Amino acid sequence: MANIVGAITTSHVPAIGGAIARKVQHEPYWKPFFDGFGPVREWLAEVKPDIAVVIYNDHGLNFFLDKMPTFAVGAAAEYRNADEGWGLPTVPPFKGNLDLSWHLIESLMDEDFDLTTCQEMKVDHAFTLPMALLWPDQNWPVTTVPVCINTVQFPLPTAARCYKLGEAIGRAVASFPSDARVVVLGTGGLSHQLEGERAGFINKDFDLQFMESLTHDAKWATQYSIHELVEKTGTQGIELVMWLAARGALGEKARQRHANYHIPISNTAAGLMLMEPVR
Amino acid sequence: MSPAKPKIPGTTPFDGSIARKGYALNKMCYSFNDAENRAEFLRDEDAYCTRYGLNEQQRAAIAARNVLQLLDAGGNAYYLAKFAGIFGLDMQDIGAQQTGMSKEEFKAKLVAAGR
Repeated sequence: MANIVGAITTSHVPAIGGAIARKVQHEPYWKPFFDGFGPVREWLAEVKPDIAVVIYNDHGLNFFLDKMPTFAVGAAAEYRNADEGWGLPTVPPFKGNLDLSWHLIESLMDEDFDLTTCQEMKVDHAFTLPMALLWPDQNWPVTTVPVCINTVQFPLPTAARCYKLGEAIGRAVASFPSDARVVVLGTGGLSHQLEGERAGFINKDFDLQFMESLTHDAKWATQYSIHELVEKTGTQGIELVMWLAARGALGEKARQRHANYHIPISNTAAGLMLMEPVR
Repeated sequence: MSPAKPKIPGTTPFDGSIARKGYALNKMCYSFNDAENRAEFLRDEDAYCTRYGLNEQQRAAIAARNVLQLLDAGGNAYYLAKFAGIFGLDMQDIGAQQTGMSKEEFKAKLVAAGR
C-alpha cells in the first residue's frame, strides 16, 4: 500500500512568484525566506516522493462564486496555471495521477465527505509556488493530486472538519494499492490580512503557538471556530486550515524535521514546516 | 439568519450578506484574470461596468479606485486584488490606502510585527 513519507506546509504568497522571476532570492528581503527551503529540498532528494497530494485554496482562478465547492478533488490528467490578473509567469504543467485521484475520491466519499470532483482544473499560485519552492528547476518529479478547500466564500468548512479531511486523506493513501511514496503539501498562511482597516495584521505569537502545536497537540487549533481563527490570524490567516489538513494526513503522531518562520513576505508571516509521521 | 458573531476590528468576513451585495462587482473583477478583459476595461470603464450591471455605489468605488469603498460595496478581496493588478498596485499599496499610512509606514509596520 502507498506510504505517506511526510508533510510540507508552506506559505504561498504571490510575491514569491515575482521574486523567483526576477531571481532575487538572495536579496536581504528574500534571503531569510528562500534559505528556509534548503533542508526541505535535501529531504526531498533523499526521500524521493512519487506523488504530491497538494492541499491548497483557490483564490479566484479555477472557481468563482457562481459555483463554490467546499472540498474539491482534482481528477485530471494534467493541471496548468494561468494568469490571475498580475501576469505571473505560467509554470510547466503538472501531471495528474488519475488512479490516486479516484481512489481518494472513492475513499473520502465512503467516509461521508461530500466532495466536488474536477476532471478539468486550473491550479493557482497556492499550488504552483510551493511546488516551485520545492523543485526550483520546475522539472516536476512527482505526479499530483490537487485538493482544494474553499476559503473565499464564508461559511468555510470548520478547522475541525479540515483536520478530519486530512486524516481521511491519510487513510486513503494508506489503502492505495501501490508502492508509491506520497508527500502531502498544505499551503497558505500564516497570519495575514489583505483587506479592511486591519490590513497588515500579523500575529506572531499565535503563529508560533500554532506551529508548535502541530507536533505536540495537533488538534489544538481545531477548538476554535473559523470566526475566532479569523480574529486571531487575519482574514487570509484562515489558510492555516490547509496546514491542519496536511498534518491530519500524517496520523496521530508526527515529528518536525525542519521549520522556518519569517516576517514579512509581502503582508504575510511566512511559515514553513517539514513533518514526518511517527509510526 | 444565523446569530450575529462578535465584530472583529477592521474586518468583515465575506459571508452571504456581503456576497449578495457584491455579486456583480465580484463577477466583473473575476473577469480580470484575462489580459484582454483588463485591456477592454481600460479602453472604456463605463461600458465595462455597465456590461456587468454594477450599481451606483460599486461604480463610484471603482472610479475612486478605493478599496475600503469597494469592500463596502460588497467586493471580495481576492477579486479586488485582480482589479488592483490592472494598475500595478501591490498588497502594500492596497494596505497603505486602507490604513491611511504611507506605503513606507505600512511596510515598516509589517517588519515591526516580526520583532
